[in-house]
Amino acid sequence: MIRIEPRNTNFAVFTYGVPILSAFVALILASIPLWLAGAPILISYVEMAKGVFGSKFAFSEMLTRATPLMFTGLAAALAFRAKLWNIGAEGQLYLGAMAAVAIGTGYIEAPAFILLPLIIAFGCAAGSVGMVVPAILKTRYGADEVVTTLLLNFIIIIFLQYMLEGPLKDPMGLGWPQSSPILDQGMLPPLMERMRVHSGLVIAIVCALIAQFMLARSVWGFKLRAVGENVFAARHAGIKVNHTILGAAAISGALAGMAGVSEVAGLKGYLTSDLSPGFGYAGIIVAMLAGLSPIGVVISALFIASVFVGADSMSRAMGVSSYLADLVVSTSLLCVLIGGFFGRFKLVRTNLEGKN
Amino acid sequence: MTSSPVLILDGLSKSFGSVRAADAISLKLFRGEVLALLGENGAGKTTLMNMLFGHYMPDSGKIDIIDGSGHAKPLQLGNPQASIAAGIGMVHQHFTLAENLDALDNIMLGSESFLHLRRNKSQAIQKIQKIMNDSGLVAPMDIAVGRLTVGERQRVEILKALYQDVKILVLDEPTAVLTPQEADKLFENITAMTKNGLSVIFISHKLREVLAFSNRIAVLRHGRKVGEISSKEADERKIARLMVGEETKVFSKKELQVGETVLEVDNLTISGSSKRESLSNISLSVNKHEILGIAGISGNGQTVLANAISGLVKSSSGQIKIDGKNILINDPSNIIQAGAGRIPEDRHKDGIVGQMSVAENMIIEDLNNSKIQSRGLLNNEAIMRHCSDLSSKYDVRGPGPNASARLLSGGNIQKLILARVFEASPKLILANQPTRGLDMGAAADVANRLLEARQRGSGVILISEDLDEILSLSDRIMVIYDGKLRMAETHDRETLGLMMAGEAA
Repeated sequence: MIRIEPRNTNFAVFTYGVPILSAFVALILASIPLWLAGAPILISYVEMAKGVFGSKFAFSEMLTRATPLMFTGLAAALAFRAKLWNIGAEGQLYLGAMAAVAIGTGYIEAPAFILLPLIIAFGCAAGSVGMVVPAILKTRYGADEVVTTLLLNFIIIIFLQYMLEGPLKDPMGLGWPQSSPILDQGMLPPLMERMRVHSGLVIAIVCALIAQFMLARSVWGFKLRAVGENVFAARHAGIKVNHTILGAAAISGALAGMAGVSEVAGLKGYLTSDLSPGFGYAGIIVAMLAGLSPIGVVISALFIASVFVGADSMSRAMGVSSYLADLVVSTSLLCVLIGGFFGRFKLVRTNLEGKN
Repeated sequence: MTSSPVLILDGLSKSFGSVRAADAISLKLFRGEVLALLGENGAGKTTLMNMLFGHYMPDSGKIDIIDGSGHAKPLQLGNPQASIAAGIGMVHQHFTLAENLDALDNIMLGSESFLHLRRNKSQAIQKIQKIMNDSGLVAPMDIAVGRLTVGERQRVEILKALYQDVKILVLDEPTAVLTPQEADKLFENITAMTKNGLSVIFISHKLREVLAFSNRIAVLRHGRKVGEISSKEADERKIARLMVGEETKVFSKKELQVGETVLEVDNLTISGSSKRESLSNISLSVNKHEILGIAGISGNGQTVLANAISGLVKSSSGQIKIDGKNILINDPSNIIQAGAGRIPEDRHKDGIVGQMSVAENMIIEDLNNSKIQSRGLLNNEAIMRHCSDLSSKYDVRGPGPNASARLLSGGNIQKLILARVFEASPKLILANQPTRGLDMGAAADVANRLLEARQRGSGVILISEDLDEILSLSDRIMVIYDGKLRMAETHDRETLGLMMAGEAA
């Protein structure tokens, strides 16, 4: 028989060693389909590393990819800490992006130091609304937020498509369903010259630092953790559970909305309905991988972005199908998630005599 | 009693890390006897029983089962199935029932073959009915276990063990949730069943029942067996000394003049979804310098009464006043601000946030205190100091202020809650089953703290199913039955027991 027991020891070996080991296992496993596809394995991996660290451009692309993942990862992590299952970051991301476009494409003409904060504020507010509504349905009527947030994603995306064909449609867009471009003074400034990486990354890291600090040191964070860990004891101790949940929902939604703002006002400049290749859902993986720690979210977003960008670049360089890149990505994620599990738990083998 | 042994534990040891939870314990159990296993929390009783039941693998030692013909057979260790097959049944202190299934399914669960396509429920019901008749343990069979009271659940647990035709039955704190009459009946029937060859090991903290109903007493302390005496030769003092290594201090209750009213509950009615979640027209008052004891069998409305006073449930009608001021019902923070301290019935669920640290749990009701926080940020230094002050003052022992509170033992969790409650110098203390599951030392500590609070001028409501506790601590006693409260005019076990059973005294 095999039993699963939590590890009592908290060695650095497990915290740092296990993820690294899992990454190696992932590379070994992913080499099988690469080999079957006829690509030389070692060179493929060198290409993959080059795709992330090979040049300033490659590295900046990885950071660009990591930025929205940090926001959606934080959105998931904070909500999950309060046991509020926000699966709707994808929809909230689009709400944030729509608000950014509505404000930033000429509706208000203002210098950057006014317009940019306005865009961010409206984007966050829109994302916030997208999570507060299901949270109210949960606290008031007991509606399961997994269902409501997930379904809201589809509603919001259809709403987005309507907006892009209607009110938000770019009159100069040659009929394409896309918004007008955001004014230059409404764009998040780039971080490096001639690179796509933008100041949204800085905002994301600052958000993570603040979230980390607030969770550990503020009364707000205390209440959020208490409600998440044991709602009965929290209520008994006089913590206003519904307030706390709504607060967590507002912040979570705002962060997801910020992901949309950052993509549209930092990277693309205009909004289309394929702005996000599932950043909202990937944020859940980022958060789980990070053990719901905000600082951990930054690291795991960097890791996942590296795998994405590296695998992409490798498939192009080696001329193998881009599905192989997806395969590498998913193998790595699975291995690291499983590795994380073994970092926290151990399997104990007991034979029939019961000896350990 | 000169009969043959059925079970021989030989030199069983088990260590957890550096802690020797069981240290070369040897014990014999004879056919048809009741062996009481006594010891403080952490003395090794549960560890020993878990080894017997195959949940733990002993580090060394062996267990022999002697069958009907007198042959000793070594028990396969660390294998619950082997223990079940050998006829060992255990009723745990924390129940192991599936809450969404009814009692009948729970009882049949595990004793049916997977291959039986048709379940013979009527045969099972007949068998259970017979056991019920024999043992006097009655519980509804067709209601989901989650909706049964704690007392009823325990009866289902015992019925389940009996249903599996056990030869050796281990009862972990069986009477904690029973009325005195029920407990007496349980022991009567256990005595009757032992005549048919059942051997019983029972774990208890209540010396009175241990002395009255067991044949032999084995005492454990710090993982070792420190004594084994025949119950006839034992007395309470002797056993207590063996258990704690010294004589326990008996608390003294001073006569005090009661002060003004601190809590007034006026015609409180709550219509819950079931009878046991309802209260009808409850009125009570508690004064300063007074302990009001509320006795009753579990499931008669104690939980909902405590929840109402704690601000956890909404009332249909009626008022709760603290210090003459109306309290907004359904808001615990309101009640805390009005000066009420609450010791919850289920300390693991309502008392602590297990994943958070000991220090954080100490301040969880005190988040608005300017010593704890300023401008929404916690003052970690002050929290740590607060925690270490309270830990030494209330003797909370554990792996330190930063450790998760779930790592504390039950007694220390209760001390943490006591520290939180008493440090706020509350006007009113609501203690719901404050000593349930605690060892003698910790229970005495709780009792002393309640008496101290009474002396200082708090009004105390003590809700307990332990009649001895109610009798020794209370100034006035009320009995709750079927959601109604009645004042007890005389304080004797007989009258109270009858009132608890719903009969007019």
